[in-house]
Amino acid sequence: MLEVKSLSKSFDGFKAVNNANLDVRKGEIVAVIGPNGAGKTTLFNLITGILKPDSGTVHFRGENITGLPSYEICRKRISRSFQVVNIFPRLTVFENVQVSILSREKRTWNLFTPSSKLAVEETNRILESVGLVQKKDRTTALLSHGDRKVLEIAMALGGDPEFLILDEPTAGMAPEETVRCIDLVKHLSEKLGLTILFCEHDMEIVFGIADRIMVMVRGATVVQGSCDEVRCNEAVQDAYLGGSDVCLM
Amino acid sequence: MLRDMLEGRGRIWWAAVVIFMFLLPFILPRFYLYLLSIILLTGLLATSLNLVLGYGGIFQFHHAVFYGAGAYGTALILTKTGLSPWISFIVGPLVSAALGLIMGWICIRLSKLYFAMLQISLGSLVWIIVYRWYSFTGGDDGIHGIPLPDILSSSNNAYYFTLVVTLICLFAMYKVIKSPFGSALQGIRDNPVRCEMIGINVKRHQLLALIIAGFFAGVAGSLFVVVDNTVFPDMLFWTLSLEICIMCLLGGWFTFLGPMLGAAIIIALRTFVSTYTTYWALVLGILMALVIFFLPNGVLGYIEEKIKKGFIEPVIKE
Repeated sequence: MLEVKSLSKSFDGFKAVNNANLDVRKGEIVAVIGPNGAGKTTLFNLITGILKPDSGTVHFRGENITGLPSYEICRKRISRSFQVVNIFPRLTVFENVQVSILSREKRTWNLFTPSSKLAVEETNRILESVGLVQKKDRTTALLSHGDRKVLEIAMALGGDPEFLILDEPTAGMAPEETVRCIDLVKHLSEKLGLTILFCEHDMEIVFGIADRIMVMVRGATVVQGSCDEVRCNEAVQDAYLGGSDVCLM
Repeated sequence: MLRDMLEGRGRIWWAAVVIFMFLLPFILPRFYLYLLSIILLTGLLATSLNLVLGYGGIFQFHHAVFYGAGAYGTALILTKTGLSPWISFIVGPLVSAALGLIMGWICIRLSKLYFAMLQISLGSLVWIIVYRWYSFTGGDDGIHGIPLPDILSSSNNAYYFTLVVTLICLFAMYKVIKSPFGSALQGIRDNPVRCEMIGINVKRHQLLALIIAGFFAGVAGSLFVVVDNTVFPDMLFWTLSLEICIMCLLGGWFTFLGPMLGAAIIIALRTFVSTYTTYWALVLGILMALVIFFLPNGVLGYIEEKIKKGFIEPVIKE
């Protein structure tokens, strides 16, 4: 479904992503792991058009989407959430998700119909599915960190995605919020059939939900394979455990 | 429920205010009607700026240029062509909207302060053209004694015209803010990167907002011609732009009617304080400092906050 080939991006000579390769099949949950600064977020930014790659290609469902602007990539039904909470702080929870739906329906050029009458049912349904419907009238600035991260996923769902990219979805969450978030990700994969690409530092979560794992070190792909293949891979052990023979997890 | 009631009661209040404003010519002397007309049209101008500044997060620091363009567009049609005067009231705002498109198309490539600097530069360029082009614009003298249709020549009728047009424009802008486009615009203000990632073409939406804001600023400019029968280059000067920005901040730039309130406060201050001292700007400066320290959301923003705390929160707690 998604195929990344030899993707590279440098900032002032520093190679943030250096010959990264990744493939994600339909319906899979794929995790990208790697130490801090490995280039995971930069890779996601390159896939979603926030950054333009220096070289390499990104194909989605066979179509070359390399270097397209974010809004066009989103219209191909790729949505994402961000590592640092990225929502609309002055709008309500409801409005945050509603804007996303209105954008997907190409109604944001409508100057005269009141927003309050549009996409109400679908917005409520998404908020219900992520457990935020009780808080829908709150300004998002008043939400807890965990709720904001979940709201990000809800906004991504507003785009009716086939492919969902989650950048550290549980970062900074309390343990009970983490459990809720992981259940949500599983639900999205199992019940809605979404293909999910995510990065995460918590190995328990990664090995618990990922079908396959891609390991990045210093911007490059070290290995991509099943959890078992990655767990005892020498290069991965070297990157994470300094060459010890102990398997990850 | 309570909110609905508040909205229902709010509508009655607004209807009462509008009726009261229609009755004012029977009560107020001519000078105050003139002053009120100026407040209305300047409030409209400030509201049009707030559409892009407060709701769009676009640093349009030289908004007065669209006001001046609208005024000159109307004045030049009235004085230099034999066209119907009513056409001039449409042409003025359209000239401003076109200028909004051109300047917006150039400036939108940049953002934040870089946008502001380029916009001020281009606006100043328009100002200097108007200021120097004596044969066409009257140069620094401007254009005076602009002929108006008879129906608008009395101060009462000019006031009514200004009031009706301002109300229509405010209603239209309110509809825009409450529309899906308005929601997208507020999303862009809060987080342009996120907007792109939910499929919104940020630059194009910003450009449309700049055109709409330019159009309504042009309407305000045309109304000035009706009220004052004159145009002059200072209408496009950056100091007026700064004054409009202050109106938005003072009244409350995240509220719809805040800029109108800000315009009323500043124009009233300028008119009444300047009869006692030539340093009225000093009073304005002190007032602005106090507002920034104590009412960062502006006067109306503060009032709205208090109303929300007083009425809405107890309902949520229940």
